Amino acid sequence: MTQTNRISLVSTVALVILLGGAAHAQVGIERIVAAAEEPHNWLSYSGTFDNQRYSRLEQIDTGNVGRLELAWVWQARSLEKFEATPLVVDGVLYTVQAPNDVVALDAATGRIFWTYHHEPSPDARTCCGRVNRGVAILGDTLFMGTIDALLLAIDARSGELLWQTEVADARANYSITMSPSVVGDKVVIGTAGGDMGIRGFVAAFDAASGELVWKFHTIPGPGEFGNDTWAGESWQTGGAAVWNAGAWDPATNLIFFGTGNPAPDWDGSTRRGDNLYSNCVIALDADTGELAWFYQFTPHDELDYDATQVPVLADIQWRGEPRAVMLWANRNGLMYVLDRVSGEFLYGKPYVALNWMDGFDEKGRPQRVPGMVPTPQGTLIRPHVHGATNWQPPSFSPRTGLFYVSHWENSGIIVTGQFPTPIGVNGRQTTMGQVNLEPLFNNDEEAYGVIRAYEPATLEPTWEFRMSDITWGGVLSTAGDLVFGGGKDGYFLALDATTGELLWRASLGGQINAGPMSYAVGGRQFVAIAAGSALFTFALPR
Amino acid sequence: MQQSDARYGTAPLSAPAVLATAILSLAAVDGAAQHATAFDIEDGARAYENVCANCHGPDGDLIAGIDLGRGMFRRPLSDDQIVDIILNGIENTPMPATPGISEAQAREIVAWLRTSAANRVTSSDGGDPERGKMVFEGTGQCLQCHRVAGRGSRTGPDLTRIGLLRRAAELEVALLEPDALVQPENRTYRVVPRGGEPVVGRLLNHDTFTVQLIDADEKLRSFDKGGLTEHGFVASPMPSYREQLDPQAIADLVSYMSSLRGIE
Repeated sequence: MTQTNRISLVSTVALVILLGGAAHAQVGIERIVAAAEEPHNWLSYSGTFDNQRYSRLEQIDTGNVGRLELAWVWQARSLEKFEATPLVVDGVLYTVQAPNDVVALDAATGRIFWTYHHEPSPDARTCCGRVNRGVAILGDTLFMGTIDALLLAIDARSGELLWQTEVADARANYSITMSPSVVGDKVVIGTAGGDMGIRGFVAAFDAASGELVWKFHTIPGPGEFGNDTWAGESWQTGGAAVWNAGAWDPATNLIFFGTGNPAPDWDGSTRRGDNLYSNCVIALDADTGELAWFYQFTPHDELDYDATQVPVLADIQWRGEPRAVMLWANRNGLMYVLDRVSGEFLYGKPYVALNWMDGFDEKGRPQRVPGMVPTPQGTLIRPHVHGATNWQPPSFSPRTGLFYVSHWENSGIIVTGQFPTPIGVNGRQTTMGQVNLEPLFNNDEEAYGVIRAYEPATLEPTWEFRMSDITWGGVLSTAGDLVFGGGKDGYFLALDATTGELLWRASLGGQINAGPMSYAVGGRQFVAIAAGSALFTFALPR
Repeated sequence: MQQSDARYGTAPLSAPAVLATAILSLAAVDGAAQHATAFDIEDGARAYENVCANCHGPDGDLIAGIDLGRGMFRRPLSDDQIVDIILNGIENTPMPATPGISEAQAREIVAWLRTSAANRVTSSDGGDPERGKMVFEGTGQCLQCHRVAGRGSRTGPDLTRIGLLRRAAELEVALLEPDALVQPENRTYRVVPRGGEPVVGRLLNHDTFTVQLIDADEKLRSFDKGGLTEHGFVASPMPSYREQLDPQAIADLVSYMSSLRGIE
């Protein structure tokens, strides 16, 4: 998309707003591209294609957030983790009742308009819960990936199925938990299953028909560049799944996705080599799926350091010059600034205690510390298998210029080929995003969760808010200079975006496993977060 | 959980029975495990690692209320029912179907689980639960802090079901080194309210802003951390019985506690 196109699209949006916007207007791609211009809506997983998860609504601010009160609650009829970020389009909120029911609600009251029920195939198999992170929209059509690896198109007004297509074979351990990305006239999606012997890919489907347009394998086949980074036939089952939302830069028409760990997870002996393109960010031409560039965060990973965080695109001053960059807080404990046009590694440094690497070479390849790999006796690794952060979405505020990340400090013993248990974590609970509120850690000092604000130019934290337990909750920043987040202990928090001071909190009685978002209806700003099995919304008193 | 059914691998066993179980481990399990060969069980162990351990953990105890390695499920299950769950999952729960394995492989996993559960009850060799009960209620003075079936104090953990929750070896460690294996919900916490007296109790829960405990008077107390001048963990008041009881009394006590499997 050219700059000229972008300007004309913004004009189109302005015209729509002038005409009233009360009627349910179609969500054309031009509206999604210019989503920042209509902050009362939330049109994609992170609100905007740059994944900044920044709301330009400013009704709720540092001065009045203390008066925030419950607006409504919607109780999902599901015992699964509630990981979805809702969309809001002109007063209608769309979310997913896990595993794969789409629900349309009145965004002002929480009353249900319709529910679409999808019964997943018994063949569906997921590694870490039958979850879904949300739907995408284009025109009047919602798109959802399912745990039985289908892509569904659903009428946004009636809740009727328009088409469905098989993205991959669920019987071969492919599943979908991610929110799809709408790019131009296509829906782009990948699959989970990287721990269970799949060969990862990302694919684009025609939004109108569901026809496959292109497919990019995240593990190259024989004869392709990178295939020789996999020993023997290990490329066929090497994982590198794409299981979290991507980003799109209309200026270059590149889409970006993070890729998952290579498999088997904690034993690299059968897959010698760098294992491209596992644990990478890949930049693809949105029209063709051709690879433009890649950067591998963790070559030959044996520590389960999926690079499936959402790429955050920002335009910042870098060494005195404006630069289009990508900010990335990785599961491997390192934070990165990459040039998002060329893929050049600009800077990286640890943001938690880590012991598996001790520096970068000039191209940004991490220098491994000898011996910091799984062994039959076990090796103490920092950060542990769940990483410094995981899939939960971070935020970037163009107002403060700060990058907000929720993450945790932890370590653990990793034994070759075995599912590891983190140190400091009591052994009675799974740590993959529990659905209860019991404390996870035996020892509060060995591990804790935190929300931190980082200065992109230095990747140094400017403030932190520490929690007594881990967090699988994402972060939202707003034009009211607030940061919203939460943790496993079920608190939803409002922090001062500049200082980190706690300004408001609500105890929601259920673990937060999702990213917050904000929208407005009738001039009233709402902040929404899923916790436990419910979606909560908050607003100022009328 | 049915308390007296040996096929679940958790039934109270006398010391001779424990030995017999250890030696003839397959005798204490049924169905798939009864007919399983050593190779089947070995295959089952491998299949468990590949299919189940990612969520349930290597010892099968990563999910609250479930301890596969000790035969503890959320409800009593026959071999056929477990096979069905492995293959088809449990609807409306995180337990997924596992279409990638055959029924024969699922049966091998069950054989492994049953054998594993039976083999783990081995640490109270030589102990007598009847004598152990006398130690528990007499010289051990355990009821001063603990409670069993409605008798005793609530300040320490209730031990009515401790035989379902802990292996014999863990119970032994708890008696000899009480600070070694303290569960998160059993830690001792001390708080000092602003302008008030210190309160020490068993930690029941805590989060970023609050802490909940049961104090020495068996009162449920909740504190806002912002209103405390001090708060933190302190050593467990549980004494070590290493010097107080002889090895036979320890074995008896372990044997008694292993037999505590809920209210009949």
